[in-house]
Amino acid sequence: MTWEPRPVPDVTPETEPFWKGASEGRLLLSECQDCGLVYHYPRVLCPDCFSEDVEWLEADGEGEVYSYSVTRTMSGWPKEDLPLVVAYVELDEGPRLMTNIQADQDVVDVGTRVTVRFKETETNDIAIPVFVPISAER
Amino acid sequence: MAANEPVYIAGAFEHPTREAPDKSEMQLHAEVAKGALDDAGLPKADVDAFFTAGVPEYEFALSPLVVADYLGLDVSYADTTDYGGSSYIAHVGHAASAIRDGKCDVALVTLAGRPRSRGQATGSGARELRTMQDSFERIYGATNISMYGMAARRHMHEYGTTPEQLAEVRVAASQHAQYNDQAMYQDPVTVEDVVESKVVADPLHLLDCCVISDGGGALVIVSEDARAELNRKCVEVLGHGESPSHHDAGRIDLTTTGAVQSGRRAFEEAGLAPEHVDYASIYDSFTITVLEAIEDLGFCAKGEGGEFIEGGTLQAPDGDLPFNTDGGGLCSNHPANRGGMTKVVEAVRQLRGEANPEVQVDADVAIAHGTGGSIATRHGAATVVLGGEDR
Ligand SMILES: [Zn+2]
Repeated sequence: MTWEPRPVPDVTPETEPFWKGASEGRLLLSECQDCGLVYHYPRVLCPDCFSEDVEWLEADGEGEVYSYSVTRTMSGWPKEDLPLVVAYVELDEGPRLMTNIQADQDVVDVGTRVTVRFKETETNDIAIPVFVPISAER
Repeated sequence: MAANEPVYIAGAFEHPTREAPDKSEMQLHAEVAKGALDDAGLPKADVDAFFTAGVPEYEFALSPLVVADYLGLDVSYADTTDYGGSSYIAHVGHAASAIRDGKCDVALVTLAGRPRSRGQATGSGARELRTMQDSFERIYGATNISMYGMAARRHMHEYGTTPEQLAEVRVAASQHAQYNDQAMYQDPVTVEDVVESKVVADPLHLLDCCVISDGGGALVIVSEDARAELNRKCVEVLGHGESPSHHDAGRIDLTTTGAVQSGRRAFEEAGLAPEHVDYASIYDSFTITVLEAIEDLGFCAKGEGGEFIEGGTLQAPDGDLPFNTDGGGLCSNHPANRGGMTKVVEAVRQLRGEANPEVQVDADVAIAHGTGGSIATRHGAATVVLGGEDR
């Protein structure tokens, strides 16, 4: 078993635009048109006010690391894919989303500025967002 | 029935096994049920309410039905609230409410499981995507340990908490475990031992993590009328609170848990405050779980947990807040990966004066608190405040 390409997430009618968007290089968040909440993960009812007037918002794809953990040993995960950096990234639009930081762990810290990348899954038109440090891009 | 009618824990039992390769999970449920009823001095026929949560080996089973069937129970009330490991603490409150509502008089709560015999390895199951949320979380290889690791990292970032301070939690638990013949790990460890143990999910080390054990436990909760018939020292359920806490649409705060709400509600119902607590059972899935719970329950200010627990605060019998005197989930037992049951059992032992003598404290008021699920996504916080009979 390998971890790349990633397994296919559970694509539901309400989340399909998110996963398809990722395969097109777009990070989509949900924005409530009534109360203004920008949230993640996607839901058709705003989790604050239950309004159904929710639209997709394309995020800039940048944010900073809110927290992270470095997994050194894990059963069921290929050794060559370790260590694995699991993180919450706080997007500039507001929501904190769980993700991976694809970088050497010594360049990752709380507050590190990151930008989105997309990883293929076992299905062509479904991808998942991960992040890389902006400084490492330059 | 009055809303303030006294309700008691009359029986408490912890299965002595930590590894049960030759027993079925249902057999363990039955053995702990019998143990708790024997402890209370009650026959099975008196049980008229039943509480349990998930049955880990039977993923799709209707847990109250399969367990009640195996036990041969004839009850008028059942509840299977599942907050993960803290479920059984919530069940104490639910049983108390059902008794006060006149639905039942003798409630049985059971937990059992065999993750150790099933060969569950640390961090396994990363690839299993079962819930809607897993597609946004576990698809990244997030494990329970890495999620608690993220909580620890954020706490360290915001408040300067150190790995050495987290290690104090394990040190205290190990000091207590040396007197518990049934504890999985009975050797006392030092702060250095903890921070020098293998890093599993940075910043958490192997010794920051709880054990994986088979076994279980059970409780018997009774009405005032039922208690009057018993020849057994009982423990009063003074207050209960719970809080299903979640990701909050992307605003999750990794340094704060549902204990803020569950603890406040439990203390309010009891008419007591943290300074009245003589002994604390606190769910210790990881060392950070304890640190955040101590702050959120109000034993110290947010962010000051690291300093608060330095210098033996958690160590019985002389520390200011003796905790987990059986060795807890970190050293003694974490049956079925669900540590709430043993938290209530040890609090009952303390209030009855039945803890191991070296760690027995002079306790009139105790709390048992749990955080089931993951503090980095969704968790059910549950708290009970308990009082001794001679209080
Ligand atoms: Zn809204």
